[in-house]
Amino acid sequence: MSAVERPANAPEAAPAALDVRDLEVTFHRRGRDLPVLKGVTLRIEQGEAYGLVGESGCGKTTLAMAALRYLAANGTVDAGQVLVGGQDVSKLSEDAVRKWRGEQIAMVYQDPATALSPAMRIGDQVAEVFRYHEGMNKAEALERARESLRRVALPDPDSTLRRYPFELSGGQQQRVVIAMALAVNPHLLVLDEPTTGLDATVEAEILDLIEELRGRINAAILLITHNLGLVRRLCERVGVLYAGRVVEEGPARDIFTDPRHPYTMGLMRCVPRFGMNKTDAALQTIPGTLPALGEPLEGCVYSARCPMVKPVCVRREPDLFAWPGSSGAEGRAAAEAAPADPAAYSPHHANPVGEGPRHARCYFSAEVADMPHATPVLASSLEERGADAGDVLEIGNMSRTFKDGRKRLTAVNEVSLSLRRGETFGLVGESGSGKTTLAKCVTGLIAPDTGTVTFEGKQLKATAGRRSQDALRAIQMVFQNPDSTLNPAWSTRAILTRAVRKLGSGGSVRAKVDKLSADVRVEPRFLMQRPTDLSGGQKQRIAIARAFAGDPTLVVCDEPASALDVSVQASILNLLVELQTKEQVSYVFISHDLAVVRYISDRIGVMYLAELIEVGSAEEVFNPPHHPYTEALLSSIPTLNFDEKRTRIALRGTMPSLSDPPTGCRFHTRCHRILGDICVNQEPPVQEAVSGHTYQCHIPPDELLRLQTAAPAEQPVTSSEA
Amino acid sequence: MLRLIGRRLLFMVPTLILASMLIFALAEVLPGNVGRSILGIYAPQQAVDNLNHQLGADRPLVVRWGTWAGHFVEGNWGISPVQKVPVRPTVLKALGYSVVLAGFALVVIVPIAILLGVFAGLRRDSVLDRGITISTLSMTVIPEFVSGVVLLWVFAVWLKWLPVTALPPDGSPFYERFYYLILPAIPLMFLELGYIARMARVGTVQVLAMPYIRTAVLKGLPRRRVIFGHVLRNAMVPTVTVIGSQVGWLIGGLVVVETLFAYPGIGQLMVRSAQQHDIPMLEASVLMVAVLYMVANLIADIVVALLNPRIRMGG
Repeated sequence: MSAVERPANAPEAAPAALDVRDLEVTFHRRGRDLPVLKGVTLRIEQGEAYGLVGESGCGKTTLAMAALRYLAANGTVDAGQVLVGGQDVSKLSEDAVRKWRGEQIAMVYQDPATALSPAMRIGDQVAEVFRYHEGMNKAEALERARESLRRVALPDPDSTLRRYPFELSGGQQQRVVIAMALAVNPHLLVLDEPTTGLDATVEAEILDLIEELRGRINAAILLITHNLGLVRRLCERVGVLYAGRVVEEGPARDIFTDPRHPYTMGLMRCVPRFGMNKTDAALQTIPGTLPALGEPLEGCVYSARCPMVKPVCVRREPDLFAWPGSSGAEGRAAAEAAPADPAAYSPHHANPVGEGPRHARCYFSAEVADMPHATPVLASSLEERGADAGDVLEIGNMSRTFKDGRKRLTAVNEVSLSLRRGETFGLVGESGSGKTTLAKCVTGLIAPDTGTVTFEGKQLKATAGRRSQDALRAIQMVFQNPDSTLNPAWSTRAILTRAVRKLGSGGSVRAKVDKLSADVRVEPRFLMQRPTDLSGGQKQRIAIARAFAGDPTLVVCDEPASALDVSVQASILNLLVELQTKEQVSYVFISHDLAVVRYISDRIGVMYLAELIEVGSAEEVFNPPHHPYTEALLSSIPTLNFDEKRTRIALRGTMPSLSDPPTGCRFHTRCHRILGDICVNQEPPVQEAVSGHTYQCHIPPDELLRLQTAAPAEQPVTSSEA
Repeated sequence: MLRLIGRRLLFMVPTLILASMLIFALAEVLPGNVGRSILGIYAPQQAVDNLNHQLGADRPLVVRWGTWAGHFVEGNWGISPVQKVPVRPTVLKALGYSVVLAGFALVVIVPIAILLGVFAGLRRDSVLDRGITISTLSMTVIPEFVSGVVLLWVFAVWLKWLPVTALPPDGSPFYERFYYLILPAIPLMFLELGYIARMARVGTVQVLAMPYIRTAVLKGLPRRRVIFGHVLRNAMVPTVTVIGSQVGWLIGGLVVVETLFAYPGIGQLMVRSAQQHDIPMLEASVLMVAVLYMVANLIADIVVALLNPRIRMGG
């Protein structure tokens, strides 16, 4: 049936690596049927890489699980087929499924730390695949496991074989998972958010590895991710999933340069472009939220959130029309002529209508390029935010060491920095660089060993318990995961009421709570509910409202939007910017997402191995001349820009241990611009590029500028990006 | 690993000292007077005071604890002023009996309980799961004196399949002992079955939901390999901890069963000593139960470390 719609030249002889036809998957919960996938059709040719994007809850992972025949017990395939390499998955016997998994299809997971069996040696886990798929004995299988580890470029495969998962870094763990997935050369590799949660440089390494492996293996790839940059780097084709429906599909380049569905456009607009700052442009958000599972939808699944919705959109659901072409306009005319039937379901809903490489489920694809922007919230300039009033926070020579058994880990080493009123100081660096420890020392959650925290001219006591009520009120914190920072047993109103009582300055508590919730745009009805009944974005809004309960002067935000979907992340960032403009609050903003930090920060500090190696305005830090480490970090971000030819700088080796930092310049073991013995033996001086922009390196600014603006070919350790 | 064990052993020393202090202090504040309970209510006050002085019962508490603890470590546990027998052999013998009874019950019930629990966990929410959960739970809620009496009546008095008492006549061969132990051990097994099976079930259910089990399944491993290679080892951790903490209770808390079956274990000895105000006997037996409890927990910790490389290597 679906073959009819395919281009005539599609190779019928070679079966597709993955062929999903009209797939409908329903979950059954408490007697209710909740459709998750509603007629999904997609095809991945052999050796092709296909990216499936969409926010969480759109059905991406369900599709992957259906392809692996591993749906949860309460999920059923109601209609449609999944063919892997031409084989109908549902027709396999239990034994055949076992052989087929691993040999035909394999998966790489989001969180490698939990994807590996914790009590089994790496070697045994990889060898298992060979033992059970190829019937090898233990010794042979271990030998093959060693080869597999070598293939994913794990340093020292012999010792890795004997290690347990917890002894490896996140990047190494993910390499092991990839080695395991590729062990017996499957034809289809499913990557489910393979780099989410990994540091930028590690993410880049894993991407390099996947790209490099693609040249050698013949596996097709299904990449599931919310990170559009990742898709743009790895995939030839893209499908956008929304509420269980494919809403747009086509070649990656076309989709990312010229999206033709409002949802795709919305997704692209809410990610901060690299180099964007809050004072230049506001982030776009997608209004509303993803419809709940089982919620009845009228017409187009996206109509409730679409900024260009028209009456015809809710009259009848659009098909997946070919673009460019006339089928969208024809479809619209047909929908306007036909009797209104929002729930109408035609067989076309699953399958693309009309020929051509790309399709969009929209009557108005032609107008998407001019989609109206939502009301922008531009940040006021730093001066308007009261920055002239002087420094709010000053950290002087702060150090903090932890004891781990007999080892001493210095997490923060002699860091000094200052922060003005209304200013946002972005703190970047890989995990383990000391960002969070520094933040906790500022808020008094832990005490620094040495150094001072001066707040509004007065030196603060080391720990929160000994600080004055006023200092506690004025310095607040927003954490990454609102699930674990809001008491699940309390209603949100109770949470905010308590915060206002503890921190507020008198007046009506109730009125203040209402004002706070209005400020963070949480509707009053949600105040009656408990955190578990709220969405991730709403929970984070409540957490922010709680931090603002006592009209703080400084809010430390530790990865406040990292766990959220991109559209929600954009709205949280906008909220923080808006509150800053209104309340003249200062932020210390910690994030591993450099584009986000660049967007929200006025000044940025880069941390490496417990030291603050570079400080300057957001603009200056992100442009040459800058520290070689910053340069490498920036080069590792996958972007959406197809025309940009960037050279990725691969850092050598892994991050050294905090208990035994390298001599001289701490970065010398990984630096691609190392000068020689001077870097190994001498601590680098603080160089000033321009006033207020300093970095620690032996290379002077003009030399660094020359090196960093020179042609990429001159760089010593590089791997070019295709 | 050795360092872990060494550290735990070292840790036991202050725990034991603290426990002995508590036991000593509590035993000393028991109502009644040593001299009076030995000499009887008609003895003149002067004689009672003299005896108390002789026994050292009128010295300050800390001094008495020091003397007692010192003697205890030397192996001189004193002589029971009430029963007029040396404390050490009496306590150790009773303790031996209790260990045999508890050990027997555990050896039989732990494998059964784990098997049932794992089965229930693997078939979560099935009829089998419900059946196992409900039946083991109902066994657990029957108090041991009820199940004990019923069993005694049915199997010993009515059917006469098993002996009424828990101790074989002197001179019977060693294995005879276990035949006599069957009846008193069953109420203990009932108590433990539900508890251990529940932990094994919860552990299994939790591990089955872990992403690494999904990895194992999607690697294409046979189900048996997934269960034996990946599920069980990780699922046993909470169960082992629970068993460790149950051992102390099984040894010291069996007063009812020991009384019912006339079994001369440590539970009976403790109760009798408390009633008779036999302080040295009471203190020694409670302390020995505490020691056993700690040893059981140590063994459980070691097993957990063996199951979990992270703990093993972090130690």
